[in-house]
Amino acid sequence: MMLDVSDVTVSYGPFLAVDRASLQVGAGETVGLAGTNGAGKSTLFAAIAGQIMADTGRMVFDDHAITNHPAHQRARLGLCRTFQVPREFGRLSVLENLLVAAPGDRMETMWSAWFARGAMRRKTQQLTVQADGILAMLGMSGLRDLPAAGLSGGQKKLLELARVLMHRPRLILLDEPFAGVNPVRIGEVMEIFRRLKDSGIALLIVEHHLQALKALSSRLYVMDQGRVIAQGDPAEVLASRIVQDAYMGGVL
Amino acid sequence: MSAYLIAICIIGLIYALLAIGLNIEYGETGLINFGHVAYFAIGAYASALLSLRGVPVSLSILLAGLLAAVAAIPIGFAALRLKDDYFAIVTLGFAEAVRITIQQEEWLTHGVQGIAAIPGLAAGASGNSVFLAILLLVVLCAMGSVYLIQHSAFGRVLRAIRDNEVAVVALGKRTAGFKVKVLMFGSFFGGVAGAFYSHFISFISPEQFVALVTFYVWMSIILGGVGTMRGSLVGSLVLVLLLEGSRFIGDFLPGVSDLQVAHLRLGVIGFILVMFSLYRPQGLFGKGGRA
Repeated sequence: MMLDVSDVTVSYGPFLAVDRASLQVGAGETVGLAGTNGAGKSTLFAAIAGQIMADTGRMVFDDHAITNHPAHQRARLGLCRTFQVPREFGRLSVLENLLVAAPGDRMETMWSAWFARGAMRRKTQQLTVQADGILAMLGMSGLRDLPAAGLSGGQKKLLELARVLMHRPRLILLDEPFAGVNPVRIGEVMEIFRRLKDSGIALLIVEHHLQALKALSSRLYVMDQGRVIAQGDPAEVLASRIVQDAYMGGVL
Repeated sequence: MSAYLIAICIIGLIYALLAIGLNIEYGETGLINFGHVAYFAIGAYASALLSLRGVPVSLSILLAGLLAAVAAIPIGFAALRLKDDYFAIVTLGFAEAVRITIQQEEWLTHGVQGIAAIPGLAAGASGNSVFLAILLLVVLCAMGSVYLIQHSAFGRVLRAIRDNEVAVVALGKRTAGFKVKVLMFGSFFGGVAGAFYSHFISFISPEQFVALVTFYVWMSIILGGVGTMRGSLVGSLVLVLLLEGSRFIGDFLPGVSDLQVAHLRLGVIGFILVMFSLYRPQGLFGKGGRA
């Protein structure tokens, strides 16, 4: 397993947001995570990515025990996330957003700024080529030099994905990637995810758009009241009684 | 009169140095530092005490800056744990703690009596002109070093932290290191500014290092434009001109006491600040939009 989460609990005071949840994602696999609002999906996501520390439980990513790793270390291992509400760098251009995302510790120093500008410029050129490639793949080349704050909600979602790709991730946690995306463009976004999967990147997708989840993922987890209540083949899981009940029986 | 102008310029440039330091903390990185005066005080006392013990003034100024930078480290660690507004409160408290410590540690600082007869930078009739020239050179160096940071990969990460720190962390960067470095850098210039101040005024006492100084620096940043170093320079000069110029209000308003003039001056500056935030929120040199 690439990501192995077992018995993770997260509580906000007396409220148990995630209750002994376990899930696995295999290398290159696309896995869905569904559930009603308040089911604990986003909290579980934050616990996996390290924005929140789990109270109990164990997490292993790529043979590293990451349970106590801070968020930036998890990202460095290739476990990257996007956010439900986009967190773009609003006053930076789209290109700069991508450049920040690239791992570049050695040139991101005051020393480089003052005394190694040649090397820094060459590295930036290299990264710009990489960034342009990613923007082209996502159909965002035309937005390259605009300030990110001016993008539409859907474009900001793609920008987050582009930024994560600059990091050369092995597993991307996608938090509601279809929310705010123009319905006519959902097909395009799904196509992008399929291409990522083909290139060997594993995806864990939290989403309310169940049809898209069904079409994309090979396995599906459903959460309700902090617990994982069902898992397995997406079509079977969505048809199961327990999931139907959790969704108040009807919308499916 | 020209001596008076030179003196105003010197004070203006000292404020510019403070503003440049604060502007890289706030304008670039988004750190709300309400305790900038602490580093001004540390620099002033360090350089004064060192030079009175025989250290050459040029060296003591540099050491004062370095000491101020080191003194920023604890505040840097506070910044790692606290969100914007809480950090602001801690810095405010830190500056007061520094001032009170200076006031109490009489064996070193002479407490409220202050330190007198601090050696100047250059002697003789043209002493202040030389002082101004050296200070101007230092300000230009500061602006240059900040310009290089702004146009670098390091600066890009700083602006990303300002715009959304959670995302920077999620992208695998340890923002802590960036913030501590920026606070040290900004405080270095705060310390150097304090050193120049003490060698210019030649007398320092704790009451010169109250929180109001920090807010004067904030005002010059707001006047000049957040995130622009030209703005820091011009904003500081404008602020000092306003502070000095309003000194003459009393001449035009008969029957107003000196104390009332002092309050009127602050009122005038407050009024100008309100007008700025209404009609030019980005400051003189800022790039459109609210900062």
